[in-house]
Amino acid sequence: MAKTIRILVAKPGLDGHDRGAKYIARALKDAGYEVIYTGIRQSIQAIVKTAIQEDVDFIGLSLLSGAHNELFPGVVDALKKEGAEDIIVFGGGVIPEDDIPGLKTRGVEAVFTPGTPIQDVIDFIEAQRPRIESR
Amino acid sequence: MNRIDSIRAGELRAVARALTCVENDSGSREALIDELFPLGGRALVWGVTGAPGSGKSTLVDRLITRLRGRGSRVGVIAVDPSSPFSGGAILGDRLRMQSHAEDEGVFIRSMASRGYLGGVSGATGDAVRVLDAAGFDYIIIETIGVGQTEIEVMGLSDLVLLILVPGMGDEIQALKAGVMEIGDLFVINKSDKDEARKIRAEVDYVLDMKYAENPQDKNPVAMTAAALDQGVDDLLEAIDAYTEKLRSSGRLEKRRRDRLSAEIHRILAEKIESQVRGWLRVDERTQQWVDAILDGVHPPYRFIQKQLDSFFREAKVR
Amino acid sequence: MPKKIENRQKQWEARTLKPALDAFPERKAEFSTGSWLPVNRVEVPESLSEDAYVEKLGFPGEYPFTRGVQPTMYRGRLWTMRQYAGFGTAEESNARYQYLLEQGQTGLSVAFDLPTQIGYDSDDSHSIGEVGKVGVAIDTLSDMEILFDGIPLDKVSTSMTINAPAAVLLAFYIAVGEKQGVARERLRGTIQNDILKEYIARGTYIFPPQPSLRLITHIFEYCAREVPLWNTISISGYHIREAGSTAAQEVAFTLADGIAYVKAALDAGMDVDLFAGRLSFFFNAHNDLLEEVAKFRAARRIWAKIMRDRFGARNAKSMMLRFHTQTGGSTLTAQQPDNNIVRVTLQTLAAVFGGTQSLHTNSRDEALGLPTEEAVRVALRTQQIVAHESGVTHTVDPLAGSYYVEALTDRIEEKVMEYLVKIEELGGMVEAIEKGFVQKEIQDSAYRYQREIEKRERILVGVNQYKVDAEPPREILKVNPKLREVQMKKLAGVRAQRSQTEVENALDALEKGARNPGVNLMPLILDAARAYGSLGEICGVLRRVFGEYRETVVL
Repeated sequence: MAKTIRILVAKPGLDGHDRGAKYIARALKDAGYEVIYTGIRQSIQAIVKTAIQEDVDFIGLSLLSGAHNELFPGVVDALKKEGAEDIIVFGGGVIPEDDIPGLKTRGVEAVFTPGTPIQDVIDFIEAQRPRIESR
Repeated sequence: MNRIDSIRAGELRAVARALTCVENDSGSREALIDELFPLGGRALVWGVTGAPGSGKSTLVDRLITRLRGRGSRVGVIAVDPSSPFSGGAILGDRLRMQSHAEDEGVFIRSMASRGYLGGVSGATGDAVRVLDAAGFDYIIIETIGVGQTEIEVMGLSDLVLLILVPGMGDEIQALKAGVMEIGDLFVINKSDKDEARKIRAEVDYVLDMKYAENPQDKNPVAMTAAALDQGVDDLLEAIDAYTEKLRSSGRLEKRRRDRLSAEIHRILAEKIESQVRGWLRVDERTQQWVDAILDGVHPPYRFIQKQLDSFFREAKVR
Repeated sequence: MPKKIENRQKQWEARTLKPALDAFPERKAEFSTGSWLPVNRVEVPESLSEDAYVEKLGFPGEYPFTRGVQPTMYRGRLWTMRQYAGFGTAEESNARYQYLLEQGQTGLSVAFDLPTQIGYDSDDSHSIGEVGKVGVAIDTLSDMEILFDGIPLDKVSTSMTINAPAAVLLAFYIAVGEKQGVARERLRGTIQNDILKEYIARGTYIFPPQPSLRLITHIFEYCAREVPLWNTISISGYHIREAGSTAAQEVAFTLADGIAYVKAALDAGMDVDLFAGRLSFFFNAHNDLLEEVAKFRAARRIWAKIMRDRFGARNAKSMMLRFHTQTGGSTLTAQQPDNNIVRVTLQTLAAVFGGTQSLHTNSRDEALGLPTEEAVRVALRTQQIVAHESGVTHTVDPLAGSYYVEALTDRIEEKVMEYLVKIEELGGMVEAIEKGFVQKEIQDSAYRYQREIEKRERILVGVNQYKVDAEPPREILKVNPKLREVQMKKLAGVRAQRSQTEVENALDALEKGARNPGVNLMPLILDAARAYGSLGEICGVLRRVFGEYRETVVL
């Protein structure tokens, strides 16, 4: 049987626009994943500790305030510090095209901008499955 | 450090991985639990249950704060249902406990009920063992609602808090349905709402009836307004007193033994069933048996007894 | 329906419609509005008796205000063109305001950054990454002085999108007025001050509902006495819609919030006619033009009835639903952003046909990031073209009497009333929010909407149809990433110069006041503001006393 993939959907920073995060959470549940949702205004430390305790395979970060360049890589770095760099980080929100390469170099593996079909997110997750199951 | 030592030291990742091993029922689960079992047995296990919207998670959050204040370490297992359609789940209970997310002395794990063989209680029971071995002083199991599964899960606890709230329109139904049977302590949450007193009266009435002969055994009832952080100290006091009573009367010990006994039964039954299933799958025997019975050649019960005998013979050979 | 029309319709269906449908089936089996209200093929006049006209529509400027709150509407005065703006430091935002005023904008609308909206100073650890991002960073009165430097407060009306710490920002504004020599009786503007929708949809709450409602009531009382021209609240459906609600839900939940505020003020012993006239509303405008028009008209009619019949208002002003509109941010697409200009034009028309009092038009690049100056100008020009070239302003409520618009207005009213009844059954709006009912209703709509887009049952031009492969890179506005340091340095400077004793005394007095439910906190907050106490310090005191709210999520 295929492993049940667990995903933390988290909103770092201060913005309260959680429509996208909630949609993703629900759509991923409907796609058969176990989704942990922790609400808005989560600190980097809280996100990382939660991800570790919940032993998730992915962290999906959603942010619309423009603080992604600070906060997304912040999560990646904090995971490394905790020895949990195997947890795959992806992000979404209002993220200018120009910022995406920088985020990827800093360890955010995928960035989904507004209008991305949910299937793209699912495809991304499934593409990582061999990596997760071989752990 | 090996895996067991890391869990024993309460190392986050090791504990989390062990819980995953239990949840996924991966090959090493039984060996893991066998090694962890002697390390546990110290933690007090609380079950917390109540309808969605009754404020369970908020109450648990407040209780964690108090327990941390006394220097205790707290593990939480929050069980939510899996979707019967997709198998997925949204696990959101910990949202209300996120103020403890950065606290090393608190470990919160969300579990989906999945389609566990033998129900979610098997996995939860072993998850409790992992947290127990990791040195958490209190382990709180939280479930939504009061269905059959939840009652099973609550059976894993040393004591159960049943949360009731006003304004859900189902108070009386809940009492009638005998849900109260599973509670050790009754917590009337949202006590700031007007109708809280009405529920209180109803609960008192039911308890008075039930314990008319021996009122000293009546279950404690607490009033809280978890969102406003009111009544939580009193609740904790009531829990402590109740625990002391359980302990001194030997009921705690008896409960734990009964629990283990029930678990032995369950695991044995599961293992036998799984063997029977494996055996049945060989040669697709049952299809032939259906034909045999339908042909009227064999009387059904006698026929089944014959098959059972051969199952035990073959099992012995294996 | 009048008999004659009914007969004729039957005839038409048999003689003309049926052969047409047989030859050319319609594109879809069923048609519905953007918010899933069923749409008939053709609407016909219901038997609108003279009595029904008078009761349901009436005349503009009169109860039930379906046709508008002023008798002459845009023939008298055009709506206020008010572009929401603010980013970076107070200096940068001040420059943007000066620019907008030069371009013919008639009112200011201040966007604050998230730390300001949640009551954190720029040097707070919560503020990392967020300073100056979605609006201007304001830590102390000193920043506010810079923000309005060279802008005389008796000449402009200023709208401030601020909720949980609304009292503090209003105090800063009053204090700037004092420095400029403008008396508070002459200050004009609006604070959003709508905490309930923060719990529902927008997320910049600080305190739990009860102390928040207390603060709001204090503002009502204080302004009724001291700042009489100020709109003390802007009850907002905008964000509810952005969160994915339907048009009817937007109206229902906004009016339910309004009812909660009115009840809170009445419970505090205020006379309804003393504050109700200063209540204002804030709605969204989406693409389904006629549904939106119907939404605005229905909202006016329902509010008038509630205020008159339920709350016993006597003054006509108390029954008028006056509102600001912003075009729908969530309708903008990052793909082919120029298409957004067309969307905004439709939405502008919806707001104007709907009788808005003021309007913000979104810039085409807002799905990409903060708007550039050029994009903001196009957005403002869109309003100006509708105002001066389209001719729709020449008559009042031009779509009244459209069979379709009137039918939709009635349908929306029905849906809204159903929700209002349901919310009462749940024990009122605060309860409904705490139970997660409102959030769940919105999420379900949002989910349905997104699913339709995924399945291409709903077409978004440029997103799931009519796509182009490569899009040219866009110029977008960048906020200086070093901004937090700049702002922290300024704040440290202010802290070094002010009298520490004065600040501490003011904060102590505020804390004492906060612990006493009988004390109006506005004057105490104003004292702290004048002493250059920071936003974070003032909110910190209130956090200690009131505690913090935690969200209810039902997924």
